[in-house]
Amino acid sequence: MSELPQLIVDGLVSGAVLAIAAVGVSLVYGILHLVNFAHGDYLTFGAYAGLGVTALGLSMVVATVVAVAATAALAVGLQLVLWGPVRRRRAGLLSSFITAIGLALVLRHAIFLVVGAGSRAYPVDQFSVERLGPVRVSISQLIAISLSIVAIAVIGVLLARTSIGRSMRAFADNPELAAVAGVDVGRIVLATWLVAGALAGLAGELQGLIQGAFDPNMGWNLLLPIFAAVVLGTIGNAYGALLGGFVLGLVMELSTWSVLGGGIPASYKYVVAFLALILMLLVRPQGLLGRRARAL
Amino acid sequence: MLDPGFWSFVGLTAGIYAIFALGLQVQYGLAGLLNFGHVASMAIAAYTMAILVVRFGLAEWQAAAAGIAAAMAAGLLVGLTSLRLRADYFAIVTICFSEIVRYVLLNRQDLTGGPEGTIGLLGRGQAAAYNTDWDSLIARVRETVSSVTGLDVSRDILMLLLIWLVAAGLLLVVRRASVMPWGRVLRSIREDEEAASSVGKNVFARKLQALALGAAIAGAAGVLYALQFSFFTPDDFEPLVTFFAWVVLILGGAARVFGVPLGALLFGLLFAGTRFFDFWPLSLLDSADRAYLRLIIIGLLLIGLMYYRPQGLLGRRQEMLLE
Repeated sequence: MSELPQLIVDGLVSGAVLAIAAVGVSLVYGILHLVNFAHGDYLTFGAYAGLGVTALGLSMVVATVVAVAATAALAVGLQLVLWGPVRRRRAGLLSSFITAIGLALVLRHAIFLVVGAGSRAYPVDQFSVERLGPVRVSISQLIAISLSIVAIAVIGVLLARTSIGRSMRAFADNPELAAVAGVDVGRIVLATWLVAGALAGLAGELQGLIQGAFDPNMGWNLLLPIFAAVVLGTIGNAYGALLGGFVLGLVMELSTWSVLGGGIPASYKYVVAFLALILMLLVRPQGLLGRRARAL
Repeated sequence: MLDPGFWSFVGLTAGIYAIFALGLQVQYGLAGLLNFGHVASMAIAAYTMAILVVRFGLAEWQAAAAGIAAAMAAGLLVGLTSLRLRADYFAIVTICFSEIVRYVLLNRQDLTGGPEGTIGLLGRGQAAAYNTDWDSLIARVRETVSSVTGLDVSRDILMLLLIWLVAAGLLLVVRRASVMPWGRVLRSIREDEEAASSVGKNVFARKLQALALGAAIAGAAGVLYALQFSFFTPDDFEPLVTFFAWVVLILGGAARVFGVPLGALLFGLLFAGTRFFDFWPLSLLDSADRAYLRLIIIGLLLIGLMYYRPQGLLGRRQEMLLE
């Protein structure tokens, strides 16, 4: 029976990373109506930015700050050179999908070109484990969960209490009304990318940590589970994305619980996540926190 | 440049992608469906064929027909469950479906040979082959040709002919379908769904038919892929392959049936070209780095094409803009 608490803890840890990545995707979708297929590669970029810092002999704290800042800068920079011009050309749904996929190919393989295909790991002791009652938690998991809690608290305050956060939510909810009410659209868009990029950088580093070893495909492989979390929690709704991330993390880990008919092999984790998404869309296409009319 | 191996590789890649992308043309060009899991149809057809031949002893042509039918059935299943969703949700569901297929192929080692691919279909230590019927047929054709004309025609040339014959035939079928009432109704649905349903057209059924037809065509591409390469693994059916089909479709112009072979030829040149070209400065890179560079170039090309000419080389610009 000690299996269950362990699975819940593992699920919360992977769910936390999914959640903070999903908030970024969801904000970008809500505000720019862009399904960013390159978002996973923003995570990879953050993970390698952090790795580069640790390779210089600096601490994980510095690495985290650099990963967050560098990925935020990447996201804002790409808005300025790519997404802004694309938007001004009034690109349709398919054009922006394809542009995002093109960007994903460029980013991922540019990272491959620079760092090579081999697996890397942060200089954190992978085998050092703390015992908390019935569960074992690795140092990486502890770092991941505590930084995620901080990030989630910061996003919560940002969205609920600051004027830029309120403007972002207002704009996502009803762009015309927000624009009429004097919301500065250009500023909102840059702020959205800044937040989404920073969260992607953090999520990338944390995913690299909890995975142990990672390669330049890491973010791309995580993209669909992130999308699943976004859609589960209602696309465009930041709080929903947080919820979706945790639900998905828990569903993926708990599906291996042996009490449930022997459990599903761990290699089917992503299959479980995708099936959960498809099931959700069939039963409740608007997601956990949405209104039905918008999804059909 | 004049190496015949290079040109037959370009032709084979282009031919298979032309058929594969033609399936997408039916789904997107006619019905406006954003299928991002198109590669699943190819994977299902190829694997169904290989498994039926190796494990159930069917003749290869029977297994090929069953493979195409299975791809079509899977298309119907996806459509029945997800067609009512909004376009962006449909795109995400279909890409998830194709990844589910790939993960199952990777993990059900007892059924599919797992990550080792079709060679492991009979389990470890035995090399399985599904292509013996086909190889002996090709050998007989080569013998006949050389005894009648005295020419030694290579296997690749025969495959090239076959693949492009199939492509041309399917192209004509799709062209015909698109100007028939069936295709005209589909295009009217793509332009304005409510208008079409207000004059009594069954929008859901038409979209489902387009999805199934597209899946069957992709299934044919999967069968030809399996016949050409005699061996494949689940990772041959990555989401990237779906995106390549979109590249082909968009290069040619999504709403033009005859844009597909043009797009496929350009894509084949780009795809194979960056693999074969090893003159300076490309010669400074090793083959893995050149593969990365190839995908960077394809990515940049997609971005540039969407920016400067979203309608493709033969299309109309209005069809790609935001309403």
